[in-house]
Amino acid sequence: MTGRRNYWLSGVAILLSIVVFLVPFAFIVLTAVKSRQQAALLDFSWPENFQIVRNFVDVVEARDYMLIIAFINSTILTVSSVAIMVVLAAMVAYVLQRRKSRWNVLINFLVLSGLIIPPAVVPTIWVLQKLGLFRTMPGLILVEVAFGISFAILLFRAFIATIPRELDEAAIIDGASPFRLFFRVIFPLLRSVAITVIVVQSVTVFNDFVNPLYFLPGDQNATVQLTLYNFSSQFTSQYNLLFMNILLITIPPLIMFLFFNRRIVSGMTSGAIKG
Amino acid sequence: MTTIRARRRSPYPSWFYLPAALVYGVLFLVPTFASFYFSLTRWTIFDSHFIGFENFVNFFREPALVSGLTNTLIYAVVTSGLKVVLGLLLAVLLTSQIIGRGYLRSVVFFPVLVSTIGVGLTFTVLMNPERGLINESLAAIGVQGPGWLTDPDLALLSVALVDVWKGVGLATLIYIAGIVSIPQEYFEAARVDGAGATASFFRIVLPLARPATVTVVILSLIGGLRSFDLIWAMTRGGPGFTSDVIASVIYKQYQAGFYGLSTAGNVILFLVVTAVILPLYWFLTRKEVEL
Amino acid sequence: MFDVPPRRLGAFAAAAVASALALTACSAGSLGSSDEGGKTAISLLVDNAEATVKTAEQVVGDFTAKNPDITVKVETRPQGTEGDNIVKTRLSTGDMSDVFIYNSGSLFQALKPEQNLVALDDQSYVGQLDANFKTTVTAGGKVYGAPFGTFMGGAVLYNRKVYERLGLQVPKTWSEFMANNAKIKADGKAAPVIQTYQETWTSQLFILGDFHNVSAADSAFAEKYTKNQAKYATTPAALEGFAHLQEVFDAGYLNKDFASAKYEDGQRMIALGEGAHYPMLTAAVANIAINNPDKVNDVGLFALPGTDAATNGLTVWAPGGAYIPASTSGAKLEAARKLLAFIASPDGCTSQAKASPPTGPFAVKGCELPADVPQSIKDMQPYIDREGGSSLALEFLSPVKGPSLEQICVEVGSGIRKAPDGAALYDRDVEKQAQQLGLPGW
Repeated sequence: MTGRRNYWLSGVAILLSIVVFLVPFAFIVLTAVKSRQQAALLDFSWPENFQIVRNFVDVVEARDYMLIIAFINSTILTVSSVAIMVVLAAMVAYVLQRRKSRWNVLINFLVLSGLIIPPAVVPTIWVLQKLGLFRTMPGLILVEVAFGISFAILLFRAFIATIPRELDEAAIIDGASPFRLFFRVIFPLLRSVAITVIVVQSVTVFNDFVNPLYFLPGDQNATVQLTLYNFSSQFTSQYNLLFMNILLITIPPLIMFLFFNRRIVSGMTSGAIKG
Repeated sequence: MTTIRARRRSPYPSWFYLPAALVYGVLFLVPTFASFYFSLTRWTIFDSHFIGFENFVNFFREPALVSGLTNTLIYAVVTSGLKVVLGLLLAVLLTSQIIGRGYLRSVVFFPVLVSTIGVGLTFTVLMNPERGLINESLAAIGVQGPGWLTDPDLALLSVALVDVWKGVGLATLIYIAGIVSIPQEYFEAARVDGAGATASFFRIVLPLARPATVTVVILSLIGGLRSFDLIWAMTRGGPGFTSDVIASVIYKQYQAGFYGLSTAGNVILFLVVTAVILPLYWFLTRKEVEL
Repeated sequence: MFDVPPRRLGAFAAAAVASALALTACSAGSLGSSDEGGKTAISLLVDNAEATVKTAEQVVGDFTAKNPDITVKVETRPQGTEGDNIVKTRLSTGDMSDVFIYNSGSLFQALKPEQNLVALDDQSYVGQLDANFKTTVTAGGKVYGAPFGTFMGGAVLYNRKVYERLGLQVPKTWSEFMANNAKIKADGKAAPVIQTYQETWTSQLFILGDFHNVSAADSAFAEKYTKNQAKYATTPAALEGFAHLQEVFDAGYLNKDFASAKYEDGQRMIALGEGAHYPMLTAAVANIAINNPDKVNDVGLFALPGTDAATNGLTVWAPGGAYIPASTSGAKLEAARKLLAFIASPDGCTSQAKASPPTGPFAVKGCELPADVPQSIKDMQPYIDREGGSSLALEFLSPVKGPSLEQICVEVGSGIRKAPDGAALYDRDVEKQAQQLGLPGW
């Protein structure tokens, strides 16, 4: 806004950001590399001896390499559900935005409901059981899709409104089928908002704790958030391992963040807020 | 002939809805409707009996529920209020010519991406009344820190603060997006008119960032009303029942195997969220049209 | 990933969905465990407490050494009500592990054993089981479980060094106990009573461990309680437990960090003498033996004191059982039966004792406690040997147990709620549970 740089304000902001945001992360990192005894003190101090490798190995090996299994499971879960969600949501948002019909009110209402209504957990388990999908990875993936699709539809719909209809018409005149029109012409244009959806939903699904807890119980099926939960009771006093685990499961979101930091803002600006 | 063909092959075919509708219908709508029935039954893992409204009567006699209901509202209002205020202020700060802007944006946004359970466990340790970093630091400057999570009057607010810590980045991001989409000419015109920073904040940023405010309020209220992970990771509704919210009461009934009761809680939560969000949404978006 | 030319993105989307669908077909499963030819592989589900897992692994190790044609994989589940839920869900969906460890008593009854479990009456070891234990794993006249672990006391663990230093006597009545507390507080070196409310379940001992005293005052309490004829709030002897919890808080006898301390902190404090009394299950002793091996014999035990010194006695918890779900069949069923027979044999007891020190007597005849058991476990013996000196805890005698007792205890024990109010609230909690179970008379 104003062209002048405000040194005083900058100083305060940076200092505050360090205290409020960086210290907790530094605490996680420092505790994660401490010895068990020192970590138990819970203080903010420099590690007396660094046990990075040992703590890392301990956490990874714990409970029969449960963390590795959990990482594989979480990856499958996140990639599959987000991929399905993006494509299905874009299809719905596209038709919903383009075609005016009396059903639109109902569909908009249903989409909004998905955002507002808390999922009914036990009945969902009941449905999954009837379908033979309870305690299965496909079941959980579809649950994540069902619970997350509303938000994705809203983001896509707002963005599609900014794509000129002339584009569709040109493609239709060229004889493109609806399928081709959407996947070849429209979908590629959704790139920036798709990135926002992918980042937001991947983080949500990857960090989801409640749904795996309810719908995919069992150590064989653990996702990374559940390992944290399991370890927090198992490692009651082994804070070093607990924090090493927190640190490890923060890495994938961190990578995502480093890659897409700038794009997230631009995706948001490009349409989401206008909805 | 051609018109019939054109109508049959609309460029926006209904079957595009189908796959999404199938997943959403089966795994979201069916359970939601089934929950209305199951909330009227006594339902254990092995069988269910119809018992009418007994579950609801029971649920309202649950000691935690009445306080859980107010706690849910307090939690939602505190978190979304703080997210709006802090998010807007941070966004203004982070769109100004400040040193280290990129760093500050990243550092504010990053907690959004970290696992809620991880954040909860970390802050439980930091907020330990005897040995936690927060109270140790306060003690160093001569202040006796409270029992953040162990004092019945404070526990809920402490969790709400952590929720804000974790979620304010998203609110800030939404506001930044709103602010950068305001055309620069407005600010220039204001400067020409001799308006100061404060004036242009109240006259330009605040009104024009209104859609962003709507988004932040709605999203954080929904999140706050349904909030469960963080409360469960930090206090489990304790001490006693003092930080129980509806979602944690529901989970406790589920844990105890009272599925009918738990589902009744779900229906109540559904009603509460709808009763808060729908009028608000309607009100906020209607005002927008008038503007 | 997104730097592909826009035209290609459509193709990418199709590929993404296709590969996602392909991926869903498999989940990670387990790494590196597969069936080798000729061996029978069975699974054993245990809760994830450190001591349980260790014991299970030791037992499995010793068992498979004797039965090389069987492999047993130990799976774990969370403890507490969440674990209960997982067990029930897996049983009802028919995908339970081949053998599982679970509580005996009312939690066992809630599994609908006749429908979901394999009866063991034809097994030779059933005659060797302790009679008290047998009742806790019997449903419809049939026995379903082999004892896993030992009896456990719910009592006051006390630091003997503190008692020695101050010249205190083991109290038999509540007033003697409070007098001791006053002296310990005056001395100022140790907290008189340790409470650890960060883990809420630890708050219940004042009520649950007091049950012997309740049933000494009214031997029919459990029966009347099950039939909705006796209440905590209106039975003076039962109300005592809640009152005690409030008294120790009101008198300022609790450790300073009672609200944020964890179970593990409590174990450390009682072992090192930072606190003098810790009402707890003797399972804690096993952990103390692991974490503070040189201090474990500083910890002694006495039953929760009541009003009457003459009838004071110990409340005991029966060991959990190893059960076979009805879904186990064929060669796996045979292997599972062998595993249970091993668990209920003297060799099995030795194996369990090797993994972690016993927390009380075994429930199998012919199983002796090792000579070097911790002092507090030795302190249980006189109560057990005395006629009428011990009773099973209420949860083994009645299916009625409210799920919110621990939160209510925390409230009473931290001054948020008064004792009579807490007891009344618990009665309502219990009523809800009984109605949900559909028990007659509620």
